[in-house]
Amino acid sequence: MADDATARVGAASPATSTLTDPVPGSASALPGAGAPGGRRRNGAAVRKRLEIAAFVAPALILFFLFVVWPIVKAVQFSFYKWKGYGPLVDFVGLKNYVSVLQNDVFIGALQHNLIIVVASIAIQLPLGLLIALLLNRRMRGQGVLRTIIFVPYVLSEVIAGVVWLQMLAPRYGVIDTMLGWVGLQGPKQGFLGDPRYALWTVIAVLTWKYLGLAIILFLAGLQSVPDELYEAAQIDGASWWQIQRKITIPMLGPTLRTWAFLSMIGSLQLFDMVWILTGGGPANATTTMATFLITEGTKRSNYGIASAASVVLFVVALVLAVLYQYFILRRDSTATTVVRKKARR
Amino acid sequence: MARMRRAGAAVALATTVALLAACSGGDGDDNTGDNPSEGGKDVTVTWWHNSNTGDGKTYYDKVAANFEAANPGVHVEVNAMQHEDMVTKLEAAFQAGDAPDVYMERGGGELADHVEAGLTKDLSDAAGETIAKLGGSVAGWQVDGKTYGLPFSVGVVGFWYNKALFDEAGITETPVTMDDLYAAFDKLKAAGITPVSVGAGDKWPAAHYWYYTALRECSQDVLSGAVTSLDFSDPCFVRAGEDVEDLVAQEPFNDGFLTTPAQTGATSASGLLATGKVAMEMQGHWEPGVMQGLTEDGKGLGENTGWFAFPTIEGGEGDQSAALGGGDAWAVGQDAPDEAVDFVQYLLSDEVQKGFAELDMGLPTNSTASQYVSDPALAQLLDVRDNAPYVQLYFDTAFGASVGGAMNDSIALMFAGQASPQDIVDATQAAADAE
Repeated sequence: MADDATARVGAASPATSTLTDPVPGSASALPGAGAPGGRRRNGAAVRKRLEIAAFVAPALILFFLFVVWPIVKAVQFSFYKWKGYGPLVDFVGLKNYVSVLQNDVFIGALQHNLIIVVASIAIQLPLGLLIALLLNRRMRGQGVLRTIIFVPYVLSEVIAGVVWLQMLAPRYGVIDTMLGWVGLQGPKQGFLGDPRYALWTVIAVLTWKYLGLAIILFLAGLQSVPDELYEAAQIDGASWWQIQRKITIPMLGPTLRTWAFLSMIGSLQLFDMVWILTGGGPANATTTMATFLITEGTKRSNYGIASAASVVLFVVALVLAVLYQYFILRRDSTATTVVRKKARR
Repeated sequence: MARMRRAGAAVALATTVALLAACSGGDGDDNTGDNPSEGGKDVTVTWWHNSNTGDGKTYYDKVAANFEAANPGVHVEVNAMQHEDMVTKLEAAFQAGDAPDVYMERGGGELADHVEAGLTKDLSDAAGETIAKLGGSVAGWQVDGKTYGLPFSVGVVGFWYNKALFDEAGITETPVTMDDLYAAFDKLKAAGITPVSVGAGDKWPAAHYWYYTALRECSQDVLSGAVTSLDFSDPCFVRAGEDVEDLVAQEPFNDGFLTTPAQTGATSASGLLATGKVAMEMQGHWEPGVMQGLTEDGKGLGENTGWFAFPTIEGGEGDQSAALGGGDAWAVGQDAPDEAVDFVQYLLSDEVQKGFAELDMGLPTNSTASQYVSDPALAQLLDVRDNAPYVQLYFDTAFGASVGGAMNDSIALMFAGQASPQDIVDATQAAADAE
C-alpha cells in the first residue's frame, strides 16, 4: 500500500487517482484520494515512487552508514573475543556481557553515572532556577552577567578540564594555595587524587561547566510567560514568591523537563571531563561507563568487552530515555496526546 | 514544473550514486605510491619511528638517504612521529590492515598478538646473520622460536636521582639494600626533601615497583614459567606485593602521586625530578631524554643526573643482579617488500648503531657500538644491562595488554590502599584465565 504522500499527490491529478485504498480514519482519507479496487498502475505512479526513493536515499544512506551500521557492528563485535585487528573468529556468545555485568569496575561506573545524573539535576535545577529568576528582573549589567555565566559552557570540555586540573593540583594548585590563605589544607593526595573526594570534585566541575546552560535555557523559558499573568497576579496582591511558585515555575515546566532530559543523557554518556581530570581514577573512584569502555578497548585491546559495555550503555540510556519520554515528557506534547485519543476512539 | 521535478530527481540520484561510490572507494586509490614505475624496479619502503625532534630526526633522515643511495630504485618514506601518536596510529593501521613496512615493536605479548593476527613478517631466515650477531637480546622478539623483530635499543629500569639533593641530605652511598633505601627516604625527609616521585596516574610507573620486587622475590624459573603458562600461584608473587606495601607505607612519594602522570608536563613524575622537586624516580633508560624535554634549558638534571640499580631484597629467590627492562625493535609488516628486510638489517649495522650510540638515542644492542655511548649515566646503565644474568621484559608488555592492564590496575589500587598483595595475584590470574 502506498503511503499518504503518494496518495495525496495522486489525488491532484485525476488520471492517477486509482492508486490506493483509502486509509480508514487517517488524515489522508480525503474525498477523491482514490477509488477502491483500482488495479491500473501507470508509469507516472512508478516514476513518482522512484523520485521519492531518490530524494530520501541520500539521507537514508547517511543515516544507515553513520548511525545504524556502527550500532550493528558494535553488537556484532560484542559477541566475539577480539583484539581489534585480525579476522573475527573467536565467537563467545554472551560471555562478554556476563563479564561486563559481573565486573565490579563496570558496576561501579554505572553507579557513578547514576549519581552524576541525580546530582546534576538536584544541584543545577534549583541553583539554575534561582539565578535565572534573579537575572530575569530588569537590572543594570544584565547582559554582562548573562555572558559571564554562559562562558564556562562555551569552553570545550577538554580545555575546561585542563584548566581545572591545574587549579586542583595538590600543594601547588590555585585551590590549595587559596585554602592555605585561610589556614586550611586540601587532602594530601589532592581533591582529584583522593578516592573519597574525586567523584564529588568532578561533579563540582561539571556543575561549574553546565550551570550556564541551565540558566540560559530557563531564561529563554521565562520569556514565554505572558506578562498579563503577572499583571493579574499583582492586581490580586500576590507576593513575589507566590508569583514565582504559582505562575513562573509551572509555566517553566516544559523547559525544565526538557533540560533535565538533556542533562540526564549527557550525564550517562559523560567521558571527556572525567578522562582529562582523573582518567577514571584514582582507584576507579570516577570511572564512568564511557571511560570504562575506552579503557577496555584502546588500553587493553579487549574490543569484544568494550563493545559489550557500549551496548549496555546504549540500552541503559535508551531505557531511561524511553521511560522519561513516557512518564514525564509526554505531558508536554499535548498535541500528540489529543491525536492519540482520537485514534483510540 | 515536471521538468523541474525531474531535474531535482536527477540531482538526488547523482548524490546517491556519489555517496555509494564514496563508501566503496576506500581501497582503490592508494596504490599509486607503491606502484613500480615502467621499466625500473622502484620500491617504496615506509618507515615509522618516534625520533621526531632534534639530532635524532636529522640522523634518521640521513640514514634513510644513505640507504637510498646504496640501493638505487628504493625509496624510503620516513614518517617521524611523537611516541604516543605513533602508538595510536600503529594501532589504527593494524586495525585497518594497512601497517607500515618498517615499524617499532616492543615485543612480548603485544608481538605475540600481532604475529597471531598475521601482521608481522618472520625475519628468522631473511635476517639470520644480524640475528646471530645480536645474540640473546632478540629473545624478547621471538614467538615459537621464530624472530619477528630486531631490537635496536634495550635498556633497564632503575632509580634516577638528583646528586645535589642526595648531598644536601647527607647521603654518601647510593642504596644497595631495601634498608639502605628506607634510610635514604628518612634522611631526605629530614632535610625537607620529598624522596620519590611516581606517576601512579598512568599506572605503569607504579606497577614497575611490583615487577621489580617480583623479580627479586621469584626465581627465574618461576618468572619464565609465568610468562608462558600464565600461572601465578607461587607464593613469591604475594611476597612481592607485601614488599611494595612496605615501601608505600614509608610514604616516600610526592603529594598527589595517585593522579600524577608519568612524563607529561612539569608536574608529572619525571617533571618533578627534572625540576629538583623530588630526589629520585624509578624509570627506564629513556629518563634523561624525557627530563631534557621537561626543563626550559633542555638539559634535564645535567651533571646532577645519577643512577642506581633497584635494591636487593634479603631472602629473595631471584638473582639479585637481574634487571627489569625492555626495548624497541624494528619489525617488518607482513606485506612489506623484501627491501624492507634489507633496510632493518642496515638499521642494525655497526655503522648505523654507532651513530645511534654517539647521539645517546638509546642503548645500542649491537655490541660493537656500545663503546660509543657518551652519556656517563647511560654508560653505567649499559654495564648493568650487559652484566645482568637476565633482563626481564616489563610484565605488562610480556603478558600483553589484557593481562598486563589488569595487573597494572590492581597494583595502582594497592598504591591507593585499596588492594591487598593477594588481590593483585587474583586479578592478574583472572585476566590470564580469560585469555
